[in-house]
Amino acid sequence: MAPPTDGREPMHQSPQDAARTSPGADPAAQDGAGADDRRRIMATLATADATRLGELAATLPMPTGHDLIRPAETGLIMARGRMGGTGSPFNLGEVTVTRCVVRVKSGEVGTAYVLGRDKTHARTAALIDALWQNPVHRPVVEACVITPLAEARDQARNTLRQETAATRVDFFTMVRGDN
Amino acid sequence: MTASPNLTSAALAPAFADAVHDAQSCFRVLMQAMARPGTLQAFDAAALVPEAPLPAALAAAALTLCDFDTPIWLDATLAANPAVAGWLRFHTGAPITSDPAEAAFAFVARPESLPALAGYAQGTLEYPDRSTMLILAVENGSPAPQVRLSGPGVQSSTDFAAAPLPPRFWPQMMENHRRFPRGVDVIFAAPAGFAAVPRSTDLTILEA
Amino acid sequence: MYVAVKGGEKAIRNAHRLLARRRRGRTDVPSLTLDQIAEQMALSVARVMGEGSLYDEALAALAIKQSRGDLIEAAFLIRAYRTTLPRFGYSEPLDTGAMLVERRISATYKDLPGGQLLGPTFDYTHRLLDFTLAAEGEPELEEAERAALTDEAMPRVTDLLSEEGLMEADPLPEEGHVVGDLTRDPLSFPADRDLRLQNLARGDEGFLLALAYSSQRGYGRTHPFTGEIRYGAVEVEFFAEELGFTLTLGEIRLTECQMVNQFNGSAKSPPKFTRGYGLVFGQAERKAMAMSMVDRALRWEELGEEFTAPVQDTEFVLSHSDNIQATGFVEHLKLPHYVDFQAELDLVRRMRKEWFAARERRDEELGLAAGKDQEAAE
Repeated sequence: MAPPTDGREPMHQSPQDAARTSPGADPAAQDGAGADDRRRIMATLATADATRLGELAATLPMPTGHDLIRPAETGLIMARGRMGGTGSPFNLGEVTVTRCVVRVKSGEVGTAYVLGRDKTHARTAALIDALWQNPVHRPVVEACVITPLAEARDQARNTLRQETAATRVDFFTMVRGDN
Repeated sequence: MTASPNLTSAALAPAFADAVHDAQSCFRVLMQAMARPGTLQAFDAAALVPEAPLPAALAAAALTLCDFDTPIWLDATLAANPAVAGWLRFHTGAPITSDPAEAAFAFVARPESLPALAGYAQGTLEYPDRSTMLILAVENGSPAPQVRLSGPGVQSSTDFAAAPLPPRFWPQMMENHRRFPRGVDVIFAAPAGFAAVPRSTDLTILEA
Repeated sequence: MYVAVKGGEKAIRNAHRLLARRRRGRTDVPSLTLDQIAEQMALSVARVMGEGSLYDEALAALAIKQSRGDLIEAAFLIRAYRTTLPRFGYSEPLDTGAMLVERRISATYKDLPGGQLLGPTFDYTHRLLDFTLAAEGEPELEEAERAALTDEAMPRVTDLLSEEGLMEADPLPEEGHVVGDLTRDPLSFPADRDLRLQNLARGDEGFLLALAYSSQRGYGRTHPFTGEIRYGAVEVEFFAEELGFTLTLGEIRLTECQMVNQFNGSAKSPPKFTRGYGLVFGQAERKAMAMSMVDRALRWEELGEEFTAPVQDTEFVLSHSDNIQATGFVEHLKLPHYVDFQAELDLVRRMRKEWFAARERRDEELGLAAGKDQEAAE
């Protein structure tokens, strides 16, 4: 895993700077849940159906009075492919992305990057990310939002795979006659 | 991945309260400054409280002009606090470069120790726009006139001065003009507003 | 030469109004919703996303509606819109090996690990118009059949050949190579394969199809086999600098084509299989196939092949593949050129006058009667 190589120097950061962590960066690492867990829940929130996410969020004690550090904004990310599937990267085309950063009253900073242009989706995902980082709220967020969303996604993917599997074909080669 | 830059703490210092409209009004002022070389165009950036020691006027110019495609160079004063680079990166998306010849914008908090202008990107004859725009933090109030400006955007001529500046700054600016259409453009950012001397402006040094 | 013209504001305004009404069509026919376009015109949406070079189904649907179904106009609208958005960065390279496959076929191996999955394809339809779709309402849909899943992996066919050493390896990134980006720097030549692939991915489907077809008909020496085509959803990942880790942003659907070509070997390289690569937004199989064939043809120099055909001409292919540029230049001809044409008129009138004067002189010299010629009366 590396930052995209676009030929520019990544910002230099000394170990001391990296140690100067804020509540927002990766608090999960300090209280039991790892960065992988945060990646997992952020992926679940980003890939969720926006309507379903909104319904589930309504069941949570959503934080009120948060600061919008980065109000939801839509921009572009250039999607890259690889030559032949595994070779050197090339630029395929752009995708629309909406991102948002919020800070809730208890100090956690939530971030969301979501494909598409739905600002409500990004804001809700950022708030839930902030809420999840608080160990007090994490179990309820997992139970009421993350688990149902992940199950719904698994189910949709399984249905699609089963429907596709039904179109599996076995070709028979007929012997070609010479005369 | 080597270092994992943690920019969230820097991000906690806010940017423009109204990102679109504040940037638009600042852009209008900067454009006016470029169009009328040597005139101070009023702009109040005091509401902006970026990471120290980045002056508010430089911060406003950065939020207005910089994005993902414009590498930023910071002078030694600004580079000394990594939070400045973190704040700029978070709010503008611009990459930070340590090579002045690669910079689209150079932010200078202490112009007294400004390196030679020729070291910044000068553009090419085919693409003169691939050059650096320098934004220098200067003081309010004008010292005795230092140069007489003429050229596009100046009715006959106008006198101009800024402080602080490094020694031999104006002779370098004369060389810069001779490189036209290549060369750098310079914005003087004071707490009261912006003034500009673009590469298209001819200048003569006034005897002190 | 371009000369500005003034006037016509009222006519233009009225033309816009008329266009808006004609776009809507008869108002007793229901208006299309964007969901209807995205769901039922999905392949048009894919084409607009590909040639507009922006993946956003709802935007593409809007562009199709606004452009009255003119897909090049729609791609043009998308290209214009994208310039209003800030760039956040570059994604991690997409992993098509981890695709949630909805279709996957190979023309080179019948017994493919993971199987041949036809998916939603026109391939085995009879191309007979289905008049039940024309009747009021939709025909009753049958429930999609489902089959049990196996844990079988779906390796890329080309990876199978690689194991035997018969297939060229994918090129690896060179140290310090900056990936070319046409949205940042204008196309220049020679163009490396990264730039070529970006250009082809957003190139006009019809143009690429014609070029690929020309290579099959003998303009270029290729004999391609479809190693594999796969279509499905792939996750987009992005390294978020402020967080210091890579995020999943969501999924996009892609079509990938690996076209395998026999290669006789050259001074530089032993005989083996080589391939061309196609990757396109959405379900766009014809485009992905054509792209992979053109990509392979453009690699002639690297492989030490002979240059014989238009499809191998990098500058010709890349300079004319973009239908937004092409339509801009062709369609600009209908804008006012009155001053240019006035100058041409004067010139042609003068040349005609000189031509008739010269003929008259020649006729007189030959002693023939000049007055008989009808044209001379002009």
